[in-house]
Amino acid sequence: MRLFDLSLRFKLPLWGGGLIIATALALSASYAAQSWENLNRDLLQNAEEIGRTTAHALFPVMLHDDVWDAFEVVSLPFTAHPGTPMTESLIVLDSAKRVYVSSRPQDHPLLSPLAALGPDFAALGLELPTAADAAIFVRDSPDGQRIHVALPIASDGVRLGTLIVSYNKSLLWERFSLILSRSLWISLLVLAVLLPITAYWGRRMMLPMRLVTERISRIGSGELEDLDPALYPYGDEVGQLFKAYEAVLAKLREKAVFEREMVKSERMAAVGRLTASIAHEINNPLGGMLNAISTLKRHGSPDPVTTKTVSLLERGLSQIRETVAALLVEAKVKSRPLSASDLEDVRILVAPAAHKQGTQLAWAVELNDRVALPSTLVRQVLINLLLNAITAAGHGGRVALRAIASRDRFDLVIGNTGEPMLPEQLGRLFEPFTSFSESGNGLGLWICYQIVTQLGGTISAESSPEWTRFTVLIPLDPVNDTPAAPTLPD
Amino acid sequence: MSRFLKRLMLAMGLALSCLCVQGNTEGRPIRFAMTPAFLHDQHALLADWRVYLETRMKRPVEFIQRDRYRDTMDLLQQQKVEFAWICDYPYVMLKKEVRLMAVAVNEGKPTYRSYLIVPARDMQTRSVMDLKGGIFAFADPYSNTGYLVPRFEIKRAGADPATFFKRTFFTWSHRKVIDAVAAGLVQGGNVDSYVWDVLNKVRPDVTAKTRVAWKSADYGFPPVVASRGVSDADFALMQSMLMKMKDDAEGRALLARLRLDSFIAGSPALYDGVAEMMRQFGEI
Repeated sequence: MRLFDLSLRFKLPLWGGGLIIATALALSASYAAQSWENLNRDLLQNAEEIGRTTAHALFPVMLHDDVWDAFEVVSLPFTAHPGTPMTESLIVLDSAKRVYVSSRPQDHPLLSPLAALGPDFAALGLELPTAADAAIFVRDSPDGQRIHVALPIASDGVRLGTLIVSYNKSLLWERFSLILSRSLWISLLVLAVLLPITAYWGRRMMLPMRLVTERISRIGSGELEDLDPALYPYGDEVGQLFKAYEAVLAKLREKAVFEREMVKSERMAAVGRLTASIAHEINNPLGGMLNAISTLKRHGSPDPVTTKTVSLLERGLSQIRETVAALLVEAKVKSRPLSASDLEDVRILVAPAAHKQGTQLAWAVELNDRVALPSTLVRQVLINLLLNAITAAGHGGRVALRAIASRDRFDLVIGNTGEPMLPEQLGRLFEPFTSFSESGNGLGLWICYQIVTQLGGTISAESSPEWTRFTVLIPLDPVNDTPAAPTLPD
Repeated sequence: MSRFLKRLMLAMGLALSCLCVQGNTEGRPIRFAMTPAFLHDQHALLADWRVYLETRMKRPVEFIQRDRYRDTMDLLQQQKVEFAWICDYPYVMLKKEVRLMAVAVNEGKPTYRSYLIVPARDMQTRSVMDLKGGIFAFADPYSNTGYLVPRFEIKRAGADPATFFKRTFFTWSHRKVIDAVAAGLVQGGNVDSYVWDVLNKVRPDVTAKTRVAWKSADYGFPPVVASRGVSDADFALMQSMLMKMKDDAEGRALLARLRLDSFIAGSPALYDGVAEMMRQFGEI
């Protein structure tokens, strides 16, 4: 596995950590450079300050040749702040460049020549300016161990000696490395705080992305799983990804529903065609058979057994004809347009059934004018649906009808408070011979479906624990008053 | 009414008596000069000693501290102080001008010595003669143990004290000679044995950096002297004050802090050794 194949969960903290380290390094480097400069500047300033005050104090002391006082003067910076001074030593030279006194008498014995103190000092001795009004002389040789700052001990043009403020570079380094290590620790501390935050952030960021990825990869297998939008309620790219996924999901669901509807209506159409052709095939010989029986009854003189048998045949054939007639929904029938009185008729027709069961009927009709729909067919649909609803509502239930005719659509909603229907029932509701009750032949809803479909409308059912609703929507052709030509094949 | 009067009179009487006491304690303050012959920086001790003396003598006492022996000698000669605790060398020099009043007893004897001290790492030096051509610290040009004794030893060995050392300087106190030796600034120095011994108890870390290489014979302990202008009464009062210190607890506590046993009257004969050395240098 290559580094760049790693999960963003690791890559983000790694990248963040890298950035933090790079930043810390850059800052530390600039801080270190600044510190080094400051230390050097402080050192020289410190040297000048100590040098000036000490040299000033040393003049009268040297004038009186008071070695002890001189020793106390040069020791003062060390006794006043023990431990802290970066100054290594203060050395007073007499005019012959011999040690007059030093703050480190054991290393710089009195009266020893400067050159005897070491190569650093020997080199310094060669360069040391000796004029009474010489300026501060700084010697910092790159190969030497020490930085020397030399000041004349002079007053009024008389030079009694030289004060050398000496710094050991190792002390400077010690200071500097202290600063460096401190900044290193701070960087580590920052890293220790920031890395877990980055890791957490990376995880937080990656979790929704991972979920989306998982869901998308599962879409292929037909699982359409929702994503909890509370998981990532922000509007950034990840949030947009969430939204896009939701949109894709909605579209896919819509498509799936559409496809199911398509399959269903195709199936219904196929069933319709099959039913119609079978019905026609049956109807033709059936008419002949019924005619023959009629002729036999009228002109023949059959014996009682034959008469009984013929009657039996006639009743059976009549039942077949009724059934076939029911299957052959004829929308072609000429009929007067639908009016409010038709609905009132239907109400009167179903009222006894409702009354018998103790079902309440709620009636809401908004039909102002005649509606360009064949009244016979609409009445049939209405009666079928209402009777079904009354049966389903049961004792003490409620049934509500709402019929609204607008300029271009006729809406019919019939609801009942009966037992809710199961999803599998809803799926096959309008197929013929699908009965969900003991009574009924399972053709009522089929007929409704055929009629509504032939009128160019839709019929649908929905069911919830409170209400089961059938909704019929039939478009109205405002130009042509006659209903649309039936689509059912002959 | 008579009771009130009585009380009033009593109060007035008390006030008067107070004033009288006040008047008694007033008068000329007793000025007492100190030299760095003992541990010079014990200011608290001096303050307590002053209170001790004032309470008992009912006279104000003033301690005057001077760093250089010569300054104290001047104060005595100019009669700017009544008493002074000085080194034995100045005492012998001023013998005609001052009266010996008391001598401190140090470890049972009214004497002290001169120590030749060298840095602790110097294990060879046995006498000042081993330090020829070296760098040497003297305490004070009027110090017996810190100046006269080493120079006398050099002279006795037949050398010239003026050229014996490569470099010498004065630190103006015994304590600072010890510091100079401890710091390695000098190869040696002579100090008052009493100062070194006391410092050895108070600051053993400082004395540990030094080694006593040689001890001189006993000399009379730095004496407390009275200026010639001091009345016999004052002389006797102060003398008895000092000598009685060992008799009360407070006095004993002060003596303990001074690391002294007591004060005795002493005798000028104690200082004959110093006088002898001075004679060698032709100073008497």
